[in-house]
Amino acid sequence: MIFNFPFIAVAALIIVGLYAVVFRKNLIKMIIGITIIESGVNLFLITLGYREGSIAPIYTSSPGGIMSLPVPQALTLTSIVIGVAVLALMLSLVIHIYRHYNTLDVRKIGGGEE
Amino acid sequence: MLPFESLLKTLQTGSGFWNPLIWIVAIIVALLVVLIIRGFGKKDYKKGTTQTQAFLSGNPEYDKENMHIKGSNVYWGFSEIMRWIIQLLKKMHNGNVSDYVLWFVIIIAILFLSIIIPAGAI
Amino acid sequence: MNALDFIIANSPIFAVAIPLLGAFLTPIFGRINDKLRNIFAITIMIITTSIVFILAYDVITNGIRTYIFGAQDLTLPVVRILFEVDAMSSFMAIISVVLALVALIYSWAFMKENTGLDKYYTLLLLMTAGMLGMELTGDMFNFFVFLEITSISSAALVAFWINKGKSVEAGFKYIVISTIGALFVLFSVALFYGQYNALNMAIIAHSIQFSFLDKIALVLLIGALAMKAGIVPLHMWLPDAYSKAPSSITLILVGVTQASLYGLLRVCFTIYGKMITLSSISIGWILVLFGIVTILLGVIMAIAQSDLKRLIAFAAVGEIGYMILGIGTGLVTMSPDISAAGLTALKGGIFHIMNDALDVGLMFLVAGAIFYATRETSLDRLGGLARNMKYTTVFFIIGLLAVSGLPPMNGFASKLLIYESTYQLNPILAIIAILSSILLLAIFVKVLHSAFLGPALPRFNEVKEVPKSMLFAMAIIAGMIIIFGIFPDIVVNNIVEPAANALVDNAGYISKIMSLAGGA
Repeated sequence: MIFNFPFIAVAALIIVGLYAVVFRKNLIKMIIGITIIESGVNLFLITLGYREGSIAPIYTSSPGGIMSLPVPQALTLTSIVIGVAVLALMLSLVIHIYRHYNTLDVRKIGGGEE
Repeated sequence: MLPFESLLKTLQTGSGFWNPLIWIVAIIVALLVVLIIRGFGKKDYKKGTTQTQAFLSGNPEYDKENMHIKGSNVYWGFSEIMRWIIQLLKKMHNGNVSDYVLWFVIIIAILFLSIIIPAGAI
Repeated sequence: MNALDFIIANSPIFAVAIPLLGAFLTPIFGRINDKLRNIFAITIMIITTSIVFILAYDVITNGIRTYIFGAQDLTLPVVRILFEVDAMSSFMAIISVVLALVALIYSWAFMKENTGLDKYYTLLLLMTAGMLGMELTGDMFNFFVFLEITSISSAALVAFWINKGKSVEAGFKYIVISTIGALFVLFSVALFYGQYNALNMAIIAHSIQFSFLDKIALVLLIGALAMKAGIVPLHMWLPDAYSKAPSSITLILVGVTQASLYGLLRVCFTIYGKMITLSSISIGWILVLFGIVTILLGVIMAIAQSDLKRLIAFAAVGEIGYMILGIGTGLVTMSPDISAAGLTALKGGIFHIMNDALDVGLMFLVAGAIFYATRETSLDRLGGLARNMKYTTVFFIIGLLAVSGLPPMNGFASKLLIYESTYQLNPILAIIAILSSILLLAIFVKVLHSAFLGPALPRFNEVKEVPKSMLFAMAIIAGMIIIFGIFPDIVVNNIVEPAANALVDNAGYISKIMSLAGGA
């Protein structure tokens, strides 16, 4: 059971993140929820590359033995960078929204059918 | 680059065909017939008198700017009949992004139940 | 090899690299002069358009073309990123690049009084590079990266008018929805990698066994890509984002939506292709059901709107339903080998992708022209504009005939293919589709009456015709609509049918990579 623990953590993170996006009214809490979902998916990518008893996948002067897979680590780095860019864009948009509407409640700024 | 005959081909569906060039010829012929019939009308009428004014059934005629029907009132009859469904749909389209993501979760759950649970069929 | 062979052999990467390079060079030109920057951006886009057309011609005559990053040939196991362009990819690339070119020409005059135009042109070229990358790639993680590039740049462009609060809020909604969709796409890519140790679409399609995890990946991919493509009931961000963005950006957003629809087709037909040919009933009927609900909801909501661009956005949602209806019918009749009626439905759905981009795009450009001339967006306050804006009225009437599927425009040709083939699946589908076309005609006649016909209102006395660059952009699209309408058979036989055949034939897609890799 201990080897399945990261996968359970991934499922818990994604569910907590979706809960924050769906059921919370504050815009900042929704952004935090999206960041939690992204952390969950990154954890899933890293966990896929783990082999039991392995060392870091660096070739130069390695002590030998099984290495964990390096490809998921590269994918996770790309995903973290994309997440940072999206987070910066979302926060700057929230700053503009606050300047116009003076509130951060997502029900009050709704611009649907007026 | 393209042979000229291929410009005149017809579009074949499985059970019919459609050739827009034949349609254009037919429409031009129909419009010519319309013009000929229009030419049989009376040409002697007095312009500027009451013979050329629109008939309003005795209603008072306002100035032209107030006689234009606004955009929301054009299909009044249709909107009245469908008022209950349009109100329901408009309430669904509030600008709340949390509700939009809630719809996403609901559709994922429905697709789970319909694709994964039936064993053997996809 | 001479220059033309060099260009053809490297054209998949030129189509993505040239807009990317142009996007980063645009601010430098913007410091010198404004007109020079505009001319530079349009030049880059014309070069990209010609490269995409050369690539499409080469793919339709010679078959699938691949471009391998960083090596000359492949070895098994395939670890290189590669672009694999078949007829369906080049079809979507043609649509995207034509829409981007027209939007650039349109925004010369439309955005002239705004500040911050350096960033506007940079983001527009970046968005074009992202769209082309999404359509030409053969690698799942590469698809995710280009999906994120496109959604970030288009969210910034939707929120371009930051002096009003509504545009910023629409941009925020758009980026939240896009990010959640893209994260679930990444989760599915991770599921594929964990099982098959491959990120390449052809290798995944070759070695897929339909295990439980694959079914989860299919559900998440369909859900996330359908949300980006605007399928009911996940479509609700679409009217908000389309109506509050500048009109030239709305034109490219139509292309972004269709690129996500292309991603959905690639997943359903190619990656899950082997399982689709064995028993395809369930997914096909799900798509048909989504299509019918999308058509009905789009049309019913559009009748009750009073804001012009929101009305056209709901009509665009309805048109996406027609595409899904045609493609779903093709998917239902695909076991074990696609029948004639199914292939006709698939051709109709794919042809409708191009027609819908042109028709709804022309409508959005006309709405932008009305906004530019009168600064009004609500249909309750417009009237009698046909006296002042004659050319815009003519373009609007052409678009009206095309959207509602009346002859002789191109909308009728693709809708006829969809009507006749869905009738053979179930008559009720064709009846609902025809009635919704009539409702679309009613909707746009309402717009014609409210905005263009009627007496001359005194406050619109000094409204002039829009500048020539906007008229030129609208004339390009109107000309393409008329040409596709009068010669539909050429378009269907030469461009649409190779695309439909390439979509169905996933064995060819896989065997191209396998033969390059020299393995089994």
